[in-house]
Amino acid sequence: MADKADLTKYKGVWVFAEQQDGKLAKISLELLGKARDLADKLGEKVTSVILGASVKPLADDLIAYGADRVLVAEHPELAEYRTELYTKIICEEAQKDKPEILIIGASPIGRDLTPRVSFRLHTGCTADCTELDIDPEEKILVSTRPAFGGNVMATIICPEHRPQMSTVRPGVFAVPAKDPARKGEVVTVDVNIESSDINVTVLSSSKSKKHGANIQDAVKIVSVGLGASDSTSFAAIQEIARLIDGEVGGTRPCVEKVLIEHGVQIGQTGKNVRPELYMACGISGAVQHTTGIANAKYVVAINKDPNAEIFKFANVGIAGDAKQILTAIVKAIKAVKQE
Amino acid sequence: MNIIVCIKQVPNVTQVKWDADGSLIRTGLPTIINPVDKNAIEAALQLKEQHGGKVTVLSMGPSQVESALREALCMGVDDVIQLTDRKFAGADTWATSYTIGCAIQKIGDYDLVITGVEAMDGNTAQVGPQVAEYLGLPLLSYALSIAVADGKVTIDQKLGDVARVIEAKLPALVTVEKEINEYRVTPIDKLIDAFERTIPVWGVDDISPDVVHLGLKGSPTKLRKVYSPKLEKGKVEMLEGTPDEVARQLVDKLNAKFLI
Repeated sequence: MADKADLTKYKGVWVFAEQQDGKLAKISLELLGKARDLADKLGEKVTSVILGASVKPLADDLIAYGADRVLVAEHPELAEYRTELYTKIICEEAQKDKPEILIIGASPIGRDLTPRVSFRLHTGCTADCTELDIDPEEKILVSTRPAFGGNVMATIICPEHRPQMSTVRPGVFAVPAKDPARKGEVVTVDVNIESSDINVTVLSSSKSKKHGANIQDAVKIVSVGLGASDSTSFAAIQEIARLIDGEVGGTRPCVEKVLIEHGVQIGQTGKNVRPELYMACGISGAVQHTTGIANAKYVVAINKDPNAEIFKFANVGIAGDAKQILTAIVKAIKAVKQE
Repeated sequence: MNIIVCIKQVPNVTQVKWDADGSLIRTGLPTIINPVDKNAIEAALQLKEQHGGKVTVLSMGPSQVESALREALCMGVDDVIQLTDRKFAGADTWATSYTIGCAIQKIGDYDLVITGVEAMDGNTAQVGPQVAEYLGLPLLSYALSIAVADGKVTIDQKLGDVARVIEAKLPALVTVEKEINEYRVTPIDKLIDAFERTIPVWGVDDISPDVVHLGLKGSPTKLRKVYSPKLEKGKVEMLEGTPDEVARQLVDKLNAKFLI
């Protein structure tokens, strides 16, 4: 634990670089862009930490996306992600290097790893942030996250402990431009793993076969709710998505009706999305769904009930029969596109 | 085989209402057991049915947590312990995990700790992993199944789009996903029993913690402000007219914003 007087010894922004099978997770690139921004505001450096069996080749990419320095920890036992081994190495390095800020993706691995790391370092961690900034006066990290089922936003600080830790939801920040000419330092971490450190065995690991469209990356989403789940409306939704080059998503009841796959379910038990355009068709706007669209830029809502909750989240609303309106929209788009 | 299940009582956010100014109405929200924590209880009961032993449910919170613990008794758990003390109040995940960790140490005799993956009010998914760290236990998170044999626990783990089977020696901590099971409905005989039981309440003196790590004072994170995200969105513009008219208006708007 950092004593209050010690805080000035902590410098720099750390980013945990997540990789699987030698491929960097997109969230890690998104974080590098944000880390660059935070470090520039503090006048400090960005360090990326990467662990794995053979991950050194990825260091150049991390530098190209914004890291000034990459700590590379390689060991055969690190091939498969395991909470305790990753925690041990990250904590040992953090105790030596004393970063001021440590940010990690709120991916399944990140959400498993971060709490253990923050507990061991005796510091605070704000989970699933949608915004990170530096307080211009206090020079501390200010993290914003949805709370209370996404109904409110909370701004959280960690004033007296270091590093200040946050996890960030995938898809919240843009991937920065890659600059292959950027220069940085690659540091090899001395990895010591004892047999007593290995308490979990991975017996098997396989990518699940079921894959939805990558809804989290979609720029435009046309989303189906129960009120537009009839075959005519759904066909129109698919057609609109095709015409505007978007993806089809939807609510949990539509997954249960097997209209869409779970991979494209949006909301609390599905995905959080951040499209430029989100069209909610026949969606009433229950919090379980609206939690997932908090970061959508422009929301269009179509619902037969003019008092539906969804209209409170929308920029533009149409109250009326989904079937008629969606069919008319298909026609109108075709007219504009002269298709 | 002795199992400790940690549960959280949460406001039922699915029943959230907004007032005319768009603010959240917080008062009068009913409380429930965080739903996935019921799956954690169910998983523990099933393991007990296979291997014998005892299931103890632990919950930290204000005095009304008692009702959550009675509900746990209704499901058929053997013991419940309520962690309530003014000094515990205002705890972030670090201080919460520390407090729960101290209580589990006090209980002492356990083979497995089970929690839900996350609570539906905070959604941080931190307390389970942090309790594992405090107790020095292997963490097996995102479980879709749990099996115990030969002093080891094995789970099917849903690590995003990767499905893994992982194994650790007992004692260990497992966090469960809601897909792991369908939790049981209360048997009538348990119901009567559950309402006659005295629920033990543990406070600071019962768990001998370092008091500087408790509650708001022991929390590294501090809440700076809370605001309603909805207010930033601005008012919705409703389009009026026949389906063809509103469709045309909408497409013109989207076209002007280069969204189609």
